[in-house]
Amino acid sequence: MTEHAVMNRTAAGVNAAGIRRDELREKLTLFGLAAPAAMLVLVIIVIPVGWLFWLSLFNDEGVMSLSNYTRMLESKSYTRIFTTTFKVSFLTTALCVLLGYPLAYFLAQLPKRWAALGMMAVLLPFWTSLLVRTYAWLVVLQRKGLINQWGIELGLWDTPIRLAHNLNGTLIGMAHIMLPFLVLPLYGAMKSIDFDYMKAASNLGATPAYAFRHVFFPLSLPGLFAGIIIVFVLCLGFFVTPAVLGGGKVIMVSMKIETLVDLFFNFGTASALGVVLLALTLLVLFLAHRLLQLDRVLGGGHGG
Amino acid sequence: MGRIAALPIGIRAVTKTYGDIYALEHVDLDVQSGEFLTLLGPSGSGKTTLLMVLAGFTRPDSGSVRFGDEEMIRMPPHKREVGMVFQNYALFPHMDVAGNIGFPLKLRGASKDDIGARVESALATVQLEGYGERRITQLSGGQKQRVALARAIVFEPRILLMDEPLSALDKKLREHMQIELRRLHDQLGMTTVYVTHDQREALTMSDRIAVINHGKLIQLDDPRNIYDHPADPFVANFIGESVLLPVEYIGGAPCYRGEPLRLSESAAAAAGGHLLMLRPERLVLLTDEQPADHAHYNRFKGSVGHVVYQGESFVTYVTLADGAEVAVRSVSRRQTLAAAPPPGSEVTLGLHPDETTLIPDPSQTRDD
Repeated sequence: MTEHAVMNRTAAGVNAAGIRRDELREKLTLFGLAAPAAMLVLVIIVIPVGWLFWLSLFNDEGVMSLSNYTRMLESKSYTRIFTTTFKVSFLTTALCVLLGYPLAYFLAQLPKRWAALGMMAVLLPFWTSLLVRTYAWLVVLQRKGLINQWGIELGLWDTPIRLAHNLNGTLIGMAHIMLPFLVLPLYGAMKSIDFDYMKAASNLGATPAYAFRHVFFPLSLPGLFAGIIIVFVLCLGFFVTPAVLGGGKVIMVSMKIETLVDLFFNFGTASALGVVLLALTLLVLFLAHRLLQLDRVLGGGHGG
Repeated sequence: MGRIAALPIGIRAVTKTYGDIYALEHVDLDVQSGEFLTLLGPSGSGKTTLLMVLAGFTRPDSGSVRFGDEEMIRMPPHKREVGMVFQNYALFPHMDVAGNIGFPLKLRGASKDDIGARVESALATVQLEGYGERRITQLSGGQKQRVALARAIVFEPRILLMDEPLSALDKKLREHMQIELRRLHDQLGMTTVYVTHDQREALTMSDRIAVINHGKLIQLDDPRNIYDHPADPFVANFIGESVLLPVEYIGGAPCYRGEPLRLSESAAAAAGGHLLMLRPERLVLLTDEQPADHAHYNRFKGSVGHVVYQGESFVTYVTLADGAEVAVRSVSRRQTLAAAPPPGSEVTLGLHPDETTLIPDPSQTRDD
């Protein structure tokens, strides 16, 4: 009698205990399935990053201190490196937006088959090595490269233009490599914009330009922001292209890290640089996230 | 919102092809000023194409579309000044309700106060007062429908186009909105062209119905005439249920299986049809003790197959002597249910001469 009452209070109902057990088993199964991936993340991301952070806390003599970080704040050269990194990343992203938005818009307007071909052309560079593409740009851009040769032969300019071994070259090369990362999410966002929105705008009296400005463009913004964040964050840690095309004049954080490790075997400072770069990247992501949220909230006021 | 001046629409010889297929074949259609006209047809019939030609989104191969006296066929959509309600509403998701409804007013350079007042008035017209601040994603299907309508009428277009606007709503709400859309049309008075594939919706709402199939206008008439006197077998089958039986002429009189058919005078005058149309609700099950007024009915003998109870009515399926299966719909009342014949029994069906309708059979017209 009492036993029955207890049963009723704890597991009110027929089969309740069994059903709860099934639920628990299901959760355990899902956890079991996810466990290998979780282990992988732990091994290849959490442990190395943790180790990096640990290393950055030791100075040259192997004594625990914050000197690696304080030096970064005191030394002008580090500030300059970070400024360069952000400047290059910002300019590359801006270039990608200027080139990528019209490109994605064009692809999104094409009929299916042509759009697939266009997308192939955008993705094709992915299938060749980054290094090959970067050196190819060197061939094209350098003093006696294709562009300068043709330009001079055609009489467009007399002395070779400095296109490689400086910021110009770095930006051209990086924009080329980063472009697909902007176009892909943007194209996806544009494709998902129902064409009826444009029809509705037009029906309500909007010229094509007005409809683009007030309907299509705002609706494509989530895709554009996603592309901008991917490109900007990738640029922050980029190494190969600025190393090859910058000609030593454009020094980014990743290149400084390489020098520190390769030349000076200074793991402490290199690690500290890595940690600061990681922190700044996370800060950028956080700010972008906040900004997007804000935009979603403000979105309601567009027409009002 | 007060009454809006209406404009007539004149459609002449509009043709649109996709490859070898005619989406619209030489369509002529006049929509009167202030009329509620429905384009009715199955999917792929060309009804939506015709609406899109009116809105300016589909460029026809040839033809003329006039709003009032003005030729529109080469006018871009944003200069046509017609309101349109889209099938999926196409409400701008990045704007709130007021932003959506104010969009056409802002475009026309209205002042902020004017926009606010007219948006409120439009919201009141569709019974959504105070919804201006809502986001589109917060609205139910029926509310989106109303906002889309408010946006389409707020700039007082003299022509309103609607592309299956109720198809996404559930049955109850759809029937409610049918009445409400019609009420709004009567209140505002603009010329309305409405596209649907739902024949009941067309019958409920329209002043006139234009039945379209394979890109051609098949019949244009008011709902009553479309239902009672379909122009051909397609219309007879598409609108309402019907069974068509072959009719032959013996000595100039229409007969079914050798028995002459009694027709009303007007039907007899219009005779020449080769198919007898039987509608389920027009047939009656004749019992042994026949009331006197059933004496002159046309009679059909058959055996009962099965009876399907549908709540407010029940349907008796009867197989006639020539094998044709006809349905008889009876109102579910105590007496009729009690008198329902059991499956397998022999019955006689009656059809009033005034409701005995002959329709042309296109495959036989050459024999006349």
